[in-house]
Amino acid sequence: MISEATQKRCGELVERYPEKRSALIPILHEVQIEVGYLSPEAVEWVAGYLGLSPADVMSVASFYDMFSLEPLGTHLIYVCQNLTCAMLGAEKLIRHLESKLGIHMGETTSDGKITLKRMECLASCGTAPSIQVDGVYHHQVTPEKLDALLDDLRRD
Amino acid sequence: MTFEKILTRYQEIPGYTGTFDEYVAHGGYQALPKALKHMQPAEVIEAVKRSGLRGRGGAGFPCGVKWSFIPKDSAKPKYLVVNGDESEPGTFKDRMLIEEEPHQILEGVILASYAIGCHQAFLYCRGEFVRGAAVLRRALGEAYARGYLGGNILGSGFDLDVVLHRGAGAYICGEETGLLESLEGKRGQPRPKPPFPAISGLYRCPTVVNNVETLSNIPHILLRGPEWYAGIGPAKSTGPRLFSVSGHVARPGNYELPMSVTLRQLIFDIAGGIPNGRRLKAVIPGGSSSPVLTEQHLDVTMDFDSLAAVGSMGGSGAVIVMDDTTCMVRVGEIVSRFYHHESCGQCTQCREGTAWLHKVLRRIEHGQGRKEDLDLLLDMCDNMKGKTICVLSDAAAMPIESYLKHFRDEFERHVRERACPLGRGMGD
Repeated sequence: MISEATQKRCGELVERYPEKRSALIPILHEVQIEVGYLSPEAVEWVAGYLGLSPADVMSVASFYDMFSLEPLGTHLIYVCQNLTCAMLGAEKLIRHLESKLGIHMGETTSDGKITLKRMECLASCGTAPSIQVDGVYHHQVTPEKLDALLDDLRRD
Repeated sequence: MTFEKILTRYQEIPGYTGTFDEYVAHGGYQALPKALKHMQPAEVIEAVKRSGLRGRGGAGFPCGVKWSFIPKDSAKPKYLVVNGDESEPGTFKDRMLIEEEPHQILEGVILASYAIGCHQAFLYCRGEFVRGAAVLRRALGEAYARGYLGGNILGSGFDLDVVLHRGAGAYICGEETGLLESLEGKRGQPRPKPPFPAISGLYRCPTVVNNVETLSNIPHILLRGPEWYAGIGPAKSTGPRLFSVSGHVARPGNYELPMSVTLRQLIFDIAGGIPNGRRLKAVIPGGSSSPVLTEQHLDVTMDFDSLAAVGSMGGSGAVIVMDDTTCMVRVGEIVSRFYHHESCGQCTQCREGTAWLHKVLRRIEHGQGRKEDLDLLLDMCDNMKGKTICVLSDAAAMPIESYLKHFRDEFERHVRERACPLGRGMGD
């Protein structure tokens, strides 16, 4: 189920560390990119690959916010909800996104295109309110900017 | 205030992108050959001690002293781990250094590794820093290609490999032993100390964990001398510091300054003051874990000891400025929600305490608070401090205590009026 290219990258990751288990988080990143999320089968594959139990891998995967145990949309929008962003309008942005997409934070649109997630401080407070879309920062975000951004994402 | 930029001097070079060639063309990688050829490792440690450099991640521990704790006679491998897991709310300076001047960090990494006898170092980069990780990967490739990493660096006989490691989203991994657990492929749950990482750290070997900004200072200290460095700023808080200023100021951003700058200068001169004709209400001087300060504290200098003397801390250098439209109960609700979400859950006081702090602050903010809630909050804070494996619990409790100390009347009004008198204060 995991492609040869990803398996090769996982092999390279293991080589980097004195102890194999250190490659667990980097490998979970690789597998999540390939599968789209950490499905039970993906977790089982990683466990087998590193010689760990699936429960052990799950305990790690569930600890970190960037790993998803449920399917994600094609595009992932993180909205920072921490202090500076909240002071400068983050909740307004969250409400705007929710009403525009007809979903709540933490959910995915029914066409599977967009997932919304609340995030803690994204280290971009100088340009708050900030969001991250598919790993790319957007600064001083306004509802108008969000509309343009959503149009772009839907066109894909 | 005119101040020669040191860590951020690249900002004055038009079109600078932080490549190896640009870094070298503007004076980078000059400390490294000097140290490798003319200094013994112990002399490097001594120079960093004399510079007075204190850690820029949060605790402000003297860097050279931390290095000197690494046992000289241990047969085990020694490790350097770079803490690039910047996630203290309000802080955005390490991300800038990673994205814009990666070779300054790498030069610091090589020098620190030489000093402590490390041959494999790990760069732990916060998972959300997708671009930052790409920049570091590029910089590492350049450094290996030019012989600045790998075997026999610059013909000195010193070998060093550096591994880039991406995190996956957990504030607690900024705590150094939580970070080490994470680097070992586990949940980022901090370890009981002692043993400290210098004795038993990564893979149970002697380990130094240093912050990105801390390491960025090292090349400058070794090139221009510890006496030059120690001459910058107050005697016990030496060198330049990056302050991340955000919130209700006209010009938010990262500012590199000596720690002799006052809070007033930082907010009103450097960051342009409070916009929209509003007044200053409160300011968090060192990231969301630091107790809040008010107008009466504006003349404090931004060094570690002066901030501690007024009941707060320098922390991560993140200054969050709040004007008089801000509701302090709402601030408490947001800050406590964060610590509740980020508590790793292994200590009861923290796991339960952060959850209850958030719950009680939330009900006060939403008009359902009880008179006794204010003292209940203080009692909970008291039960959370100094009783856990790491300081996340303290970091969650201290700010809330400070909001109650300076703004108790505002909390009381919420309870009395059964609503937020400021209309939740944040446009929501």
